[in-house]
Amino acid sequence: MKITQKEVERVAQLARLHLSDQELETMTGQLDTILSYVDKLDELDTSGIQPTTHAFFLCNALREDTIVSSLPQADALANSPCHNGEAFIVPRVL
Amino acid sequence: MKPYELTIAQAREQLASGGLTSRELTQSCLDRVAAVDGKIKAFLTVTSEQALEQADEADRLRTRGAVAPLCGIPLSVKDLICTKGITTTCGSRMLENFVPPYDATVIQRLKDQGVVILGKVAMDEFAMGSSSENCAFQVPENPWKSGFVSGGSSGGSAASVAALECPASLGSDTGGSIRQPASLCGVVGMKPTYGLVSRYGLVAFASSLDQIGPLTRVVSDCALLMDGICGYDPLDSTSVQRPPAPLMAALTEGVRGMRVGVPKEYFGAGLDPEVQAVVNRGIEALKDAGATIIDISLPYTDYCVAVYYLIATAEASSNLARYDGVGYGFRAPKADSLLEMYRETRSLGFGPEVKRRILIGTYALSAGYYDAYYKKASQVRTLILEDFKRAFGLCDILISPVVPTPAWKIGEMADDPLSVYLSDILTISANLAGIPGMSVPGGFSRQGLPIGIQLQGPHFREDVLIRAGYTLERGLNLPPQRPPMD
Repeated sequence: MKITQKEVERVAQLARLHLSDQELETMTGQLDTILSYVDKLDELDTSGIQPTTHAFFLCNALREDTIVSSLPQADALANSPCHNGEAFIVPRVL
Repeated sequence: MKPYELTIAQAREQLASGGLTSRELTQSCLDRVAAVDGKIKAFLTVTSEQALEQADEADRLRTRGAVAPLCGIPLSVKDLICTKGITTTCGSRMLENFVPPYDATVIQRLKDQGVVILGKVAMDEFAMGSSSENCAFQVPENPWKSGFVSGGSSGGSAASVAALECPASLGSDTGGSIRQPASLCGVVGMKPTYGLVSRYGLVAFASSLDQIGPLTRVVSDCALLMDGICGYDPLDSTSVQRPPAPLMAALTEGVRGMRVGVPKEYFGAGLDPEVQAVVNRGIEALKDAGATIIDISLPYTDYCVAVYYLIATAEASSNLARYDGVGYGFRAPKADSLLEMYRETRSLGFGPEVKRRILIGTYALSAGYYDAYYKKASQVRTLILEDFKRAFGLCDILISPVVPTPAWKIGEMADDPLSVYLSDILTISANLAGIPGMSVPGGFSRQGLPIGIQLQGPHFREDVLIRAGYTLERGLNLPPQRPPMD
């Protein structure tokens, strides 16, 4: 086994996902198959090889620090499932 | 010919001569959608009223003088490209009611050119899938055969173009999501070089791989639409600054002297003999037109799926962390604490494939596994890139199949995620390497299902793809693309 149900539960916790017992069982089996498959990368010796995060060289995109207009508050709130006209409302944190 | 049957090039001619108005063309496409979309199920939203207003505006612009080439042309848009005031669901319950407060840069650009937006089309949830069966709302069908998949994740885009509901569509391609459905539905689809088309306003899946591109019925329309959407955008920090190089200018340049590479790893076990036969005919057609055919090897091809499903899921797990039920999107109704609200929102809002990929990505990035999975995959990505660099020292373009098989039946592959992932093997390396790729209709299987031919080129050489694609289209001389659905 590449991954146990307990580990999948821990990863789900990190990803803020709640899995039912049935989902947990199915996902564990599927993740195990997928992780076993990706193990084929171990066939390759990659010592000393630079990782690629971008397909070709790009410079940092910088801009002048100037004030430009941003989304009006009402537009920014319009899609929120819960707001009071000024701020997003969430369940109590403390 | 009815207006909805026209390609962009044909419609353009009639619009310019005054024989057709954009309103007539748009109304014809809307009527076509009304007539066939109950069966094809490509459209999630049809914006009839706005489309007709945009068409009238395009007609007004035309009476005032010179207009952009795409002025008055209607198209459909994959439902993960933000359209101001028009619901953008990403095929997910999570964004079922999301109405973007702004337009994606590509939409803004097209609107500035007088393009008409007919509506938003179905896709796999968050673009994760290869058949559009992961769409939370409806599964688009292949216009060529009832009950068969249209491919994915831009299945609605490909189906809407193939079903003659619109002459073109905008899709997105993270691992083949434009080219694969284009191949399965018998239309042209292009994934541009990474950075050529702005991603601003594209709902992010895997940011180092995602790219917006066109789906059209013919190669010249693909070139025209590419010319309309390419260009630097300061709002996308990975957007590339380059002088404009119109692809329409390259269209008819031909392939005489072009070195066409045939990568042997793309013709391995699992390739359907009918697909192989179609690609062979494509190779012959390019040879007849004066190209030189060269055998090429891309030895790391076999590792692409593993690399892709680590990098794409890692980036997705990070990108999709934003769906927390606070600023926009779905929120679970009953939750007493913030943590419970996050967990319930994400558990109810995401479908199984999205959850699966978030879990793989989170695992690959988690403490203790990062080096073994994400870093390892990023290193092998370097090897894959070097494969292509070597290949493009020897040839100008690569020709291959797009998908190992024609379209399959809806439901046939649903239970086995790994086998679906493996069907992406021929398209994902272009995304990992950031190079352009294109699917051009090549022929049909005995069952009457379309089969595409893939062309891949070096960074920023879309012109070579367009030249070869146009030559293929001419050389293969396929009968007019008209699915037997009427």
